[in-house]
Amino acid sequence: MIKILKYSFYDLMRSRWSYVYFLFYLLLGFVLLFLNNELSKAVITLMNVIIVLVPLIGTIFGVMYFYNSKEFTELLLAQPIKRSSIFFGQYLGVAGSLTMSLVLGLGIPFALYGLFESNAIWDFSLLLITGAFLTMIFSGLAFNIALSNENKIKGFGYAVLSWLFLAVIYDGLFLMSLIVFEQYPLDNFSLMATMFNPIDLSRTLILLKLDISALLGYTGAIFKQFFGTNLGVVISLIMLSLWTLIPVWRLGYKSKRKDF
Amino acid sequence: MGKKQLFFVIIMLLIGVKTWASTITVCKTCPIKTIQEGISQASDFDTVLVKNGTYNEFNLKINKPLTLMGEGNPIIDGGEQGEIIQIMANNVTIDGFVIKNVGTSYTSDYAAIRVIGSEDFLIQNVKLEKLFFGIYLEKSKNGMVLNNTIQGDAKDEYNSGNGIQLWYSQNIVVANNSIQNVRDGIYLEFSDFITIEHNYSGNNLRYGLHFMFSNDDVYKGNTFENNGAGVAVMFSKRIDMHGNTFKKNWGTASFGLLLKEINDAEISGNTFEENTVGISIEGSNRIVYRNNDFISNGWAIKVRGACYANTITNNNFLYNSFDLAYNGNLHDNVFEKNYWSDYTGYDLDRDGFGDVPYRPVKLFSYIVNRTPETIILLRSLFMDIIDFSEKVSPVFTPDNLVDAKPLMKRNK
Amino acid sequence: MIQVENLHKKFGKNPVLTGLDLNIHAGSIFAVLGPNGSGKTTLIKTVLGMVIPDKGIISVMDSPVKNQWKYRQQINYLPQIANFPGNLKVLELIEMIKDIRQMPSDEAQLIARFGLEPFLDKKLSNLSGGTKQKVNIVLAFMFNCPLIILDEPTNGLDPLALIRLKELIFEEKAKGKTFLITSHIMQFVEEVSDEVVYLLEGKIYFKGSINDLKVKTKQTNFEHAIAAISTY
Repeated sequence: MIKILKYSFYDLMRSRWSYVYFLFYLLLGFVLLFLNNELSKAVITLMNVIIVLVPLIGTIFGVMYFYNSKEFTELLLAQPIKRSSIFFGQYLGVAGSLTMSLVLGLGIPFALYGLFESNAIWDFSLLLITGAFLTMIFSGLAFNIALSNENKIKGFGYAVLSWLFLAVIYDGLFLMSLIVFEQYPLDNFSLMATMFNPIDLSRTLILLKLDISALLGYTGAIFKQFFGTNLGVVISLIMLSLWTLIPVWRLGYKSKRKDF
Repeated sequence: MGKKQLFFVIIMLLIGVKTWASTITVCKTCPIKTIQEGISQASDFDTVLVKNGTYNEFNLKINKPLTLMGEGNPIIDGGEQGEIIQIMANNVTIDGFVIKNVGTSYTSDYAAIRVIGSEDFLIQNVKLEKLFFGIYLEKSKNGMVLNNTIQGDAKDEYNSGNGIQLWYSQNIVVANNSIQNVRDGIYLEFSDFITIEHNYSGNNLRYGLHFMFSNDDVYKGNTFENNGAGVAVMFSKRIDMHGNTFKKNWGTASFGLLLKEINDAEISGNTFEENTVGISIEGSNRIVYRNNDFISNGWAIKVRGACYANTITNNNFLYNSFDLAYNGNLHDNVFEKNYWSDYTGYDLDRDGFGDVPYRPVKLFSYIVNRTPETIILLRSLFMDIIDFSEKVSPVFTPDNLVDAKPLMKRNK
Repeated sequence: MIQVENLHKKFGKNPVLTGLDLNIHAGSIFAVLGPNGSGKTTLIKTVLGMVIPDKGIISVMDSPVKNQWKYRQQINYLPQIANFPGNLKVLELIEMIKDIRQMPSDEAQLIARFGLEPFLDKKLSNLSGGTKQKVNIVLAFMFNCPLIILDEPTNGLDPLALIRLKELIFEEKAKGKTFLITSHIMQFVEEVSDEVVYLLEGKIYFKGSINDLKVKTKQTNFEHAIAAISTY
């Protein structure tokens, strides 16, 4: 698996898109910090970027890489390598190179700006950790979708659709159900609904840092326990890990049963 | 100055000269072993000097002008029997004591130091621990409460008291005190012309500072941190609030500053940081808010009902979850020349003001008001889209609630 | 060398292999023939473990292949469509496969044989179809394995390369290796193969030498014999 990871990673690192992605984040970091000159504002803008763009890029990249490396995969399948190793290796290659582009692309400008001496370092590290999680989750989902769909166009469509659903539509439905059932206690429901969407989950994790003062304005005891203590952070991180592991597990399961 | 007055002053000076000369020393090995005895032996304007040690005494009544001076921070331990020191005369000074174990009662408000109907008192460098009420000023005037430390251990509101309480008192300065873990840090009721400055009031159960029916008071340069709520100003007039810091007042009904039925005040140069609500305003009119910083609050300002002719100008609104929550109509309240970190407009004519008005009320803030659980969708893409469409064509938010001249740069 | 028993495979509702039995002996060259879609590639891929059969047992060198992967150490495979990761250079691809297989290899001799030296530093995406196929061949022959599976090996090859390929096959056969080949070029099949297997409707329709086939179909020309077999 390590070898596959190595080749996928090198392969991606040399592809134009990794550079584009890396340069995009580098530029974004520099623009945010040096034109704006305000760390707090930069962190907020970054959060918007991370919870919207990172999943989208993870999805598109994952699907694209899976379909584009079909030949590579087939070449490897005839080699004496375990199947799951091939897919895990490729998956980790994609997720790893994307995460690296993200962390370096944003990390370099922030480090140059003197982040390490500022208190924003925790907020910023949390952003990067969440970004890394989202990259892994969404490239994992994309791999799953691509693995289940031979047809490129269909697979691509489903992947973008699933991103759109999780990034926007889910929250719309969520909001509507909250408003429709507003007479009922909704603490548990809203926390659960958050858990079932990795984007919401990451957003919550960041909210815990950025908007804790607003979150604590809400009356519910369960909310209070969730947001007011470390419970929220712990549960969110556990759920994010589950969200990462389940697609990876399914990837292994499906790949064992698939014909090439 | 009339002849009579001059005569009076000379007499006073003569008396003064006489009293300062006389000091009564109290210590464990001295002839006078208790403070009570020291007080009773002292004549007017004497000094009772209490040396280092622990004195188990309570109900010390000071009914003549004198100075009660501690040397090496002697401890007065009330043994939870009730009140510890009562001042019932003018010109009393209490300086340099540690006072602890005030009795708790559900029927009377026992205090560590109570001043009753007295003038020209000075209470300073006193440290209060394990108290019920701390320093209780009752129908008193022209006094000063300086450099005291009040460290309570309050758990519940119903059986705890206030740090410094002023009741029907006038012309008093409360400065440089630190008050923590009591019910209200400082509480004023029917007290006018009070100056409260450079105090720290934190971790208190209810309010850091609380005004009820008190007029013409000033508080400035204080810090209110992590209280049940920062400062509540209720049913009072002409309160000047300047240069204070309100931070981390978190909770369901929590706020940095609450204005309830307040008219004609100026709130300037304050910093509101990381409060659930920066300022909560109810039924308050003709108030000027300027040069304040609102940083990372849940809501910078929450306006509820019947507020008229308020002016909000030259403030900085930085990274608040919501800048403004607003109920009802605009009622000639003015928002102008503020800096809003969420502002995304441009300044083509380079006059320092954005060319597009800023709308401080988001649609989402209305939704949260209606269904509080929706707060969990804060900063989601869906909400941003909804807010954006509302911004482009307002349907739910008041059309004229805008800052027509938003600053492009932060107001220093 | 390879035993296939009662092999079934459906793709969706479309049955491709329906109860196929096959026994391939070591040391000979087997050609798998059949019309388009008859399941030739599927058969090869089930042997390689790339396609999972619905039913049936496949053994390579006397051990079942289900859920196994180490047996592929003994197989060299030339896939039908020579598409490689476009980012890699030819030499890098060869190095990568060597790295993955961890076996002794003699690619230098093969590179020289097919005249690939000028292309070693070129990216695979910039190569012509024929050149790619030559790289494909190098990869398939560079390791010393007892079983070699070639899926349409002649695709896109120029006549010289075709001759070199045939030489190569005979050389390897002389070393006692077993071949499993599919091809549409009947002339090529006739030249190299010892035995042919004809697949039709998911089953083996004919198995035997080319001569047997000619006798059976009463044709003198191999190509015609093949054409006649399905109507026979």
